[in-house]
Formats: sequence, structure tokens, C-alpha cells
Amino acid sequence: MKVSLFVTCLADNLYPEVVESVARILTDYGCEVDFPEAQSCCGQPAFNSGYQDEAREVSRQLIRAFEHSDYVVSPSGSCAGMVHHFYPYLFQDEPEWAAKAEALVGKMYEFSQFLVGVLGVTDVGASFPHKVTYHPSCHGMRLLGVKDEPMQLLSAVADIEYQDLPSRDDCCGFGGTFAIKMADMSEAMVCEKAANVCRSGAEVLVGTDMGCMMNIGGRLNKEGKPVRVMHLAQLLDEGRAKR
Amino acid sequence: MSGHGNTAVDERIGSGLKSRTKHALNDEFLRKAVAFTTDKLKNGRLQAMDTFGDWEAWRERGRAIRSHTIANLDYYLGQFADNVVQGGGNVYFCKEGKDAVRTFMDIAERNKAKLVAKGKSMVSEEIHLNQELEKKGIEAIETDLGEYILQLARETPSHLIIPAIHKNKQQIAELFTDASGEHFEPETKVLAEYARKKLRNYFLEADIGLTGCNFGVAESGSITLVSNEGNGRMVSTLPKVHVVVMGMERLVPTFEDLEVVLNLLARSATGQKLTTYTSILTGPRASGDLDGPEELHVIILDNGRSEQLGDPIFQEVLNCIRCAACLNVCPVYRHVGGHTYGSVYSGPIGAVLTPLLQQDMKEAGSLAYASSLCGACYEACPVKIPLHDMLVHLRHRKVKMKLTSLPERIAFKSYQTIFGNIKLYKLATKSAYYMQKPLVRDGMIKAGPPPLSGWTQSRFMPMLPKQSFRDKWGALQQELASRRKEGGKR
Repeated sequence: MKVSLFVTCLADNLYPEVVESVARILTDYGCEVDFPEAQSCCGQPAFNSGYQDEAREVSRQLIRAFEHSDYVVSPSGSCAGMVHHFYPYLFQDEPEWAAKAEALVGKMYEFSQFLVGVLGVTDVGASFPHKVTYHPSCHGMRLLGVKDEPMQLLSAVADIEYQDLPSRDDCCGFGGTFAIKMADMSEAMVCEKAANVCRSGAEVLVGTDMGCMMNIGGRLNKEGKPVRVMHLAQLLDEGRAKR
Repeated sequence: MSGHGNTAVDERIGSGLKSRTKHALNDEFLRKAVAFTTDKLKNGRLQAMDTFGDWEAWRERGRAIRSHTIANLDYYLGQFADNVVQGGGNVYFCKEGKDAVRTFMDIAERNKAKLVAKGKSMVSEEIHLNQELEKKGIEAIETDLGEYILQLARETPSHLIIPAIHKNKQQIAELFTDASGEHFEPETKVLAEYARKKLRNYFLEADIGLTGCNFGVAESGSITLVSNEGNGRMVSTLPKVHVVVMGMERLVPTFEDLEVVLNLLARSATGQKLTTYTSILTGPRASGDLDGPEELHVIILDNGRSEQLGDPIFQEVLNCIRCAACLNVCPVYRHVGGHTYGSVYSGPIGAVLTPLLQQDMKEAGSLAYASSLCGACYEACPVKIPLHDMLVHLRHRKVKMKLTSLPERIAFKSYQTIFGNIKLYKLATKSAYYMQKPLVRDGMIKAGPPPLSGWTQSRFMPMLPKQSFRDKWGALQQELASRRKEGGKR
């Protein structure tokens, strides 16, 4: 099975190790993984700020990059959600591009969604003897409908001590440009989320979107809290290496 | 008009948004009170959903009923008005808020009214009726407990259904103490008892009872009121004249439809199966009736609503049944409360509705930014209004009208140029690695110049590593190839 990585601009530049973990796990389950280099960003920063024309032009770059891919897998539910939720709308007046956008929607998956839903894997054979809590990212959960997959994967990990995260489904306050444009609102939200992570008693916070992880992790760092923040793929990859 | 006692807070909707946000975030009482009550309502709603069977099917049914009604609003408004008139009531269609105010004043003058007892009505807030009545020397008394508290505090509602959500018991006891001259302890039962006794008299003395309308039933011309205090029933039956003010979209075709939306409303709003009182009023007192008003007047308000009809994106906002579930789940509302929105309608629905009704993208349109676009509002909405999408589309409107700042417009044009061209993208990300260096401390960016300072005011930023994934791909490919040879680690 051929799988193309949609690495997202954030992970490409800030968190390359996350995509490396994704690539390793997919390879180990028999996928032939490639990286179409013409990809950049899904267009969401512009789209969510109201700049739809600008977003559309960036989207074309992404659509072209994956035109010949069978499956596309991303470490971000938000970026994959952008494609699913808004690409058909962006190209509704351009039939040729609308068809291409639909084609991309049909093959675009978030990492845990692909692993569980397409590959049928819930137990990757990892061990991770730490106290772990999980923050479900809003866009993965609500735009893309990824609800149970990350927890299915986590609960199959050996020796893990899962800690419940209070008010788990509340947004962490990232929201892309919202974090900067409405800095005070965003701050109130991330402070509450970071406090809840600490209340959970976890040593490790895991998620499926590095935007949210960068936000919560950045707050925990500023507060000097010793909580390790990582992507689900990293946890699984590391846990497999240990075993 | 603002709910804040602090006059330093900017009262313009858009440009004051940030100062009101700061003001609210510094108000510990407000934040505790709002978080406490929204948590309670949110959990109540979740429990009610669990016991309700197929919630998604009910939601879809609710959406279908509301969409059908709005798509055929002209027909149902005609049917509703005909039936109200046939039942002995009067109907007035008002284009703008001031028309509705004038209509009400005419009724008040004809009846030489001095005292108006009000049930809860957000539309009366929307048209600023209380202020207009005050100007004319007509006393208006709010009889909903929350609204009564706010009237004493000279504030406006900060929530659709729990208007005084931002007040705690202590503050209410102080208000009652000031108003009555008696001393009150912050005990719910005592405070409620005082308000109950006080309000009784107003029901009996009022010349006019004024209410909103949760749903008008087109097939019968009935007005449906839901309440938990019974005041709605008192003001609509005891005074000689009953005036209803309602938005033009607040209809359902039949009683069968009413059953669905009432079920959705109570459960979504408070987690109740039904509110304590559901009053369905059809016409004024008929001969042989034991109670009821002698006159019934129904004022139907447009005020920007009909502008949304036919709009492919925004028509659906008229589907709203004002349950406030979106407020209760909104993480922004939770922290800043309703007054921060600077408008009568707050929370996600208010952020969408206000710029649309006021047809003002410049000031009110800025409310569209008061959201992280987390989508909790849509998930909670019992009639599936895609509020999170609408917020993005409102931002787009603002951009199209060139109402965003020049630096922002330039930034997104540059984004398009760079991220739309892979060579430029690679060049830019490489340069960014070197440009960040003066800012990096201990491998992180802990403080940055604007706009980065918006981020660093509350969190650190990771530094860009020397090698991006793109740079590492070559080496990784070799690793993956050898993993494949080993047959993976299954």
C-alpha cells in the first residue's frame, strides 16, 4: 500500500521527529511511504482568518502535490480537517479543481484514523511505563470525526498508566492566528488547560495535533512544569523501540 | 449601554472587544460564577441527551423543522398572523426596532399605562424598550428573577437564558439590601422569597404584561412561553393587556413540530425534560374564560432578520431556538462572560447574529474573531447551525470589505506568495532558522517582538531546528528501506 506523508508546515519545520515516527510505524505495517516534496501548507491560517482567495492559491499547491497519491496521511487532524471540511467549498466555482479537491478529500487521513480505520491496527505492540494523559484536538474530533481512535491505540499500550484529563474536550486556546490576535482570550484558555493537565497527575501529555501540543507545551514550559509533551505517533514509536 | 459599572471600558462593539476582554478576565467573581453555572448547564445537557434516545436523530428532526419553517417563512408568518387575528388578537409587523418601540408606545398610550410587568424577552432588549419606556415615564418591571436582579444593578443580561449568570449570591444579597433597606444574607431561599413577594404586587398592579415568545405556532396562532418561575404565565394572564414581542423567525408550523423543538429547547438549555411551566396561549380572554387578558397584541420584529433570507451561508442562523447551549460549551464565553461581546446576544450565536442583524461588519463584525473555531458550539447546537463555519465566513466578509488592517492584508498576501511556491517556501523556512537566532534562549523563544509577543506573553515557543523534515527525508528513506527489508517490527 502506497502512502504519501502530508507532513504539515508546522511539523515539517518545528517537529520533524513527529513525522519520522509516523513514517516508521506506517512502514512497519507494510506501507510504502513517500514524501511529495511539492507540499507546503493546507491554507488554513489564511482561510480561518478570512483570506479565502489566498488560502485557495496555497491549497492548489497541496492538491497538485498529492495528485498521484493513493493515500495521504497527516500527523494533524486540523490540517486534514481543513481539506475535508473546506476544500470542496473553496473550489465550488471551478469544476475541474473541485473534482481534484474531492479526490484529495477521499484519500486524506489523520494518522490515528488511518492506522485504526484503514490498516485495522489498534495494538502496535508498544510499552510505555509512564503516567499519560490525552488531549483530543477540536478539529480532529469535530471537523474530521476522529473520536475513539487515539484512545483505542493508547489503551492497547502495555504498562501505560492512563490519567483522565479534567474537561478533556475543551479547546486549549490555540486556534491558529487566534492565539496571537486574541492573545488574552487564548491565554485564559491555555492556562486552564495546562492546569488541568497538571491536575491529571500525568508525566506525559499526548495529542494528535502539534499546534495544540505546541500551545499547551509552551504554557507548561513557561510555568516550569515537568510534563513531557508529545505526539501519539512519537509515543507509539518510542514504546515499540523499548519493547 | 453596557453591563459594566466601569465606564473606562470601551463600549464600541469591535474596538472595545479587547479592553472588555481584559476587564472580564480580571474579574474573578465573574469568571468563577460563569464557569460554575455553565459547567452545571453543560453537564445537565449531556445527561439529558443520554436519556433521550437517539439525540442525533432528534437534532436532525429539529434542524429539518426549523429549516423548512425559515424557507417558507412568508407562508407561515401569514398563517400565524391570520390565526392570531381570528382568535381576537392584533398583529403588527415592524421592520426596525424603533417601529416596534413606537407600536408598543401607541398601545401603552391608548391604555394610559403607567406600569408594565415584563416577562423575559431578549427581543425587548434588542430594541432597548426599557430605556424608551423610562424616557416616557412608564415604569417597566422585570419579573424574571435574573432580569429583576439586573434591573436593580442597572445592567444588561449576559446570557440568553440565565441573564444574571455573572452575579454571585453575595452580590445579589447586596443589591437586595440596597434596594429594600432590609439586610439580606446571601441565602438563595431568602433572596428568592423576597423577590417573589415583591414581584407579586407588580403582577396585580401592572397595566400591561409584556412577554417574548419562545415559539409561535402557525396553525393556531398560539404563543408558547417556557419558564421555570411561572412569571411568564402571571404577566400574560393577570394584566388587562398582553403584548408579545417576537422575532419574525420564531415560528413552527404545527403542534407536532412544537413537541420536537420544546423537547430540544429544554434539554439543550438546562438539561430539563420540560421547563417547569410551558404556557400555550391562544387569543385574549374569550367569553367563559376564567382568566386571561382582555387585549392581545403581537409585535413581530424583522430588524435585520429578513436580510438573511436567501443567503446561502447565513440563512440557517435564523434556525436558532435560543437555548444558549452554544454559550454554555464555548470556551471563550466561559472565560470572558456575555458582556465582553458588547451586544445583546453573546456567545457564539451572538458573535454571528450581532453583525448580521446590525448589518455592521466594521464594529460588530469583529465579534467573529472572538472564537478559536473549536466547533463546540456546532456540536452542542440542537438544530445543527454551523456557527464555527459562519464565524469564518464573517471574517471573509470583513476581508472582502477591506475592513482588516493593512499589515494583516500584506501578511496574508506574502503567505500566499511564499506558501504557494515551494522554492520560496524552502528559502523562507531556511532564512527563518537564521533570523530566529537573536531571540533564542535555552533552545526556546521566551519573548518576541509583536506580533509574536501575542504568543510569548503566555507561553514559550519552540525554536526551529536546523534540519526540517524535508532536510531529514533522505536519511529517513534509507532507514525505512532497511526496516522494510527486516519485515518491519510487527
